[in-house]
Amino acid sequence: MDFQLSADQKMIVDTAASFVKRELPVERMRHMREDATGWSRDVWKQMGDLGWLGIMHPEDVGGFGGSFCDAALILERFGANLVSEPFTASAIVAAMAVRSGSPEQQERWLAPMVAGDTSLALAWAERGGRFDANSCATRAEKTGTGYRLRGEKIWVLNGHAADHLVVSARTAGADHEAEGVSLFVLDASAPGLVRKTVKTMDGQKAAMVTFDCTVGEEQRLGAEGAALPALERALDYGAAAAVAEGHGVMKASLDMTVEYLKTREQFGVKIGVFQALQHKAVDMFIETELTRSVMLLAAIKADVDDVAERQRAVSVAKAQFAMSGRFVSQQSIQLHGGVGVTDEHDIGLYFKRMHVLTTLWGDEEFHLARFARLPAFGAR
Amino acid sequence: MEMSFTPEQLAFREEVKSWIADNMPSHIREKAAVDAYFGHADVMEWHKVLAKKGWVAPNWSQAHGGPGLDAASRFILTEELELAGTPFLSPFGLVMVGPLLMQFGSDAQKQRYLPTILSGEEVWCQGYSEPNSGSDLASLKLSAEDDGQGNFILNGQKTWTTYAQYADWIFLLARTDAHVKKQAGISFFLCHMKSPGVTVRPTLTTGGTPAFCDTFFENVVVPKENLVGPLNGGWTLAKALLGHERTLIAAVGASTRAIGRIKRIAAGTKVGSQSLLEDPAFRGKIARLEVKLEALRMANYRTLAGAQGGHAPGPESSILKIRGSEINQQCFELAMEVMGHDSLEWFNEAGTVPALEQWVPSAFNYTRATTIYGGSNEIQRNIIAKLILGLPSL
Repeated sequence: MDFQLSADQKMIVDTAASFVKRELPVERMRHMREDATGWSRDVWKQMGDLGWLGIMHPEDVGGFGGSFCDAALILERFGANLVSEPFTASAIVAAMAVRSGSPEQQERWLAPMVAGDTSLALAWAERGGRFDANSCATRAEKTGTGYRLRGEKIWVLNGHAADHLVVSARTAGADHEAEGVSLFVLDASAPGLVRKTVKTMDGQKAAMVTFDCTVGEEQRLGAEGAALPALERALDYGAAAAVAEGHGVMKASLDMTVEYLKTREQFGVKIGVFQALQHKAVDMFIETELTRSVMLLAAIKADVDDVAERQRAVSVAKAQFAMSGRFVSQQSIQLHGGVGVTDEHDIGLYFKRMHVLTTLWGDEEFHLARFARLPAFGAR
Repeated sequence: MEMSFTPEQLAFREEVKSWIADNMPSHIREKAAVDAYFGHADVMEWHKVLAKKGWVAPNWSQAHGGPGLDAASRFILTEELELAGTPFLSPFGLVMVGPLLMQFGSDAQKQRYLPTILSGEEVWCQGYSEPNSGSDLASLKLSAEDDGQGNFILNGQKTWTTYAQYADWIFLLARTDAHVKKQAGISFFLCHMKSPGVTVRPTLTTGGTPAFCDTFFENVVVPKENLVGPLNGGWTLAKALLGHERTLIAAVGASTRAIGRIKRIAAGTKVGSQSLLEDPAFRGKIARLEVKLEALRMANYRTLAGAQGGHAPGPESSILKIRGSEINQQCFELAMEVMGHDSLEWFNEAGTVPALEQWVPSAFNYTRATTIYGGSNEIQRNIIAKLILGLPSL
């Protein structure tokens, strides 16, 4: 049992911290929320050059061959500064979906993303499907040369800017069945693919996407109808990533709030002397520390092959983060008082990002329910 | 980054597990099966079984008769004892005064007291709180006056002296100087409970168990050699106790066992055609509590890994007492909710509820103490606010 960072990991953290501090202050995020893309392809390329976009991907595609833990450590830093680039959506979730494809497919779609030349998105969520990956009404019907893919996907993160979209579609089976889900990679410019850009609460962008497209066999990742495990695995990486980024958001919220308590004066004293406020700050600290713990749990277990073990750890982490993150962001506003509800003050930006992160890749109820369905829950 | 135990540690866990299975006396095993209350005789019997094996004081060094286990093995041993529902040993000698004597006691004091703490031949209780000195412990008034003839004379009252009625010795904080800053006039003494002038009045807890006592001191003579550490240096000892190993205070093993019991009770409670464990609302509540416990377990592992690596406890360990005690209370709250009408029972003399449920209402009451003892959770929060967050004080 050892949770010390390796020398490599310390270097990753240091590099990420100084890059984010120098290049990506929170002020930049305020400009980015007015930008049509919402993030910068130049910064993306720099992230590729730094090796971050491939940090958890194999050397064959130009990656660093590291673990998910390494990516989680970078995301913690991104969370602290509300970085706008679609690291989780593209370099983790969509990238992991592409990893279920052949070496040729990975060379075609993953390698350029790892280099920072393209970005990816995973289109999986559907109306009425909540957070279930098997709730997939989008269908890919066999034609003579490939498939005709028709359907609609919602809230596709980075879907508005991605060069390639990974799309889940049913090649067989009824809604909610495990069998019959396939993954396809589509060019964003594919005829019949229509993207509508939508703003998200935290100043980022996503897309609502409709499809009526022709796709070839060579665009299908893995065996036909057998993609659900790979899709669920990719989404679990997303959940674990949200916890890591979320911990960064929480830690920054806590630090800003404690700093405010140390400087704001009322009744002739620093308000941090008041016990009612001190105890709220301590409870924020407790929740933040617990989230750091489950972040490590999920970061380590996200890579394991045993599906139940992975799902248990990820669901514990995501559900705990949802509870803790909500508490910390709410209290951080409360302790800032009126200024906390103004758009001028950064703390509100952190509140918004926290909500987005607690919801993405399965919210608290989804992960609690999944946790309670796992075999380990029955053991007593 | 590595979060598994080594093969040696896993083998040790198996060894502990099977040793407990083989060595738990049958009447203790029967009580453990339903998580019944263990009386003093049970506790001391189990103490002696563990002492014989050399496992009674996991944290003691070999030089003092401990097993010389590393941090991970200590953790495993303690966790397995909790998971098996074995009696919780009296901590006053093994966890509190013993380690304090090792750190601050004279050689003569170590030789006199440590062996009988280990063997269980002598039982200890703690004299810290007084009727008007709870969270403000340093305001304590029990006086110890130098009689000029080699003794201190004690006068005053201690309260919440848990299990004083069974104790041979009490370690206590007394005022030896009333004219200095309150923390600077306190000394640490060892006093025999059979000394003339000591009287003990047991009181019931809300759990209906005889755990608490008031202990009165009227001109009690304590020889000077029973002073531990320097005169007026007692506050340093009192604070040192708080800095002792924290990987064991989260009660993760005990709460794991409690959640297992909640599930067993829920599985045995039929509502219409299904059990309460299958009811989505209750299942969700249990899942939420178990998730919180799993998060705490991971925080505990982090502290353990730090201790194993020889690092001082980091900020993550300061939360273990607060969160561990809260979760333990929530376990019993949920157990009571699962029991429904059965939660109204009290000591089940008429045998109206299943044995598995019998002790839940008592524990539901008694566990309210977990957020109070060892420094109330509010005091813990004050400490974190000041020492970790650096918030100002008035």
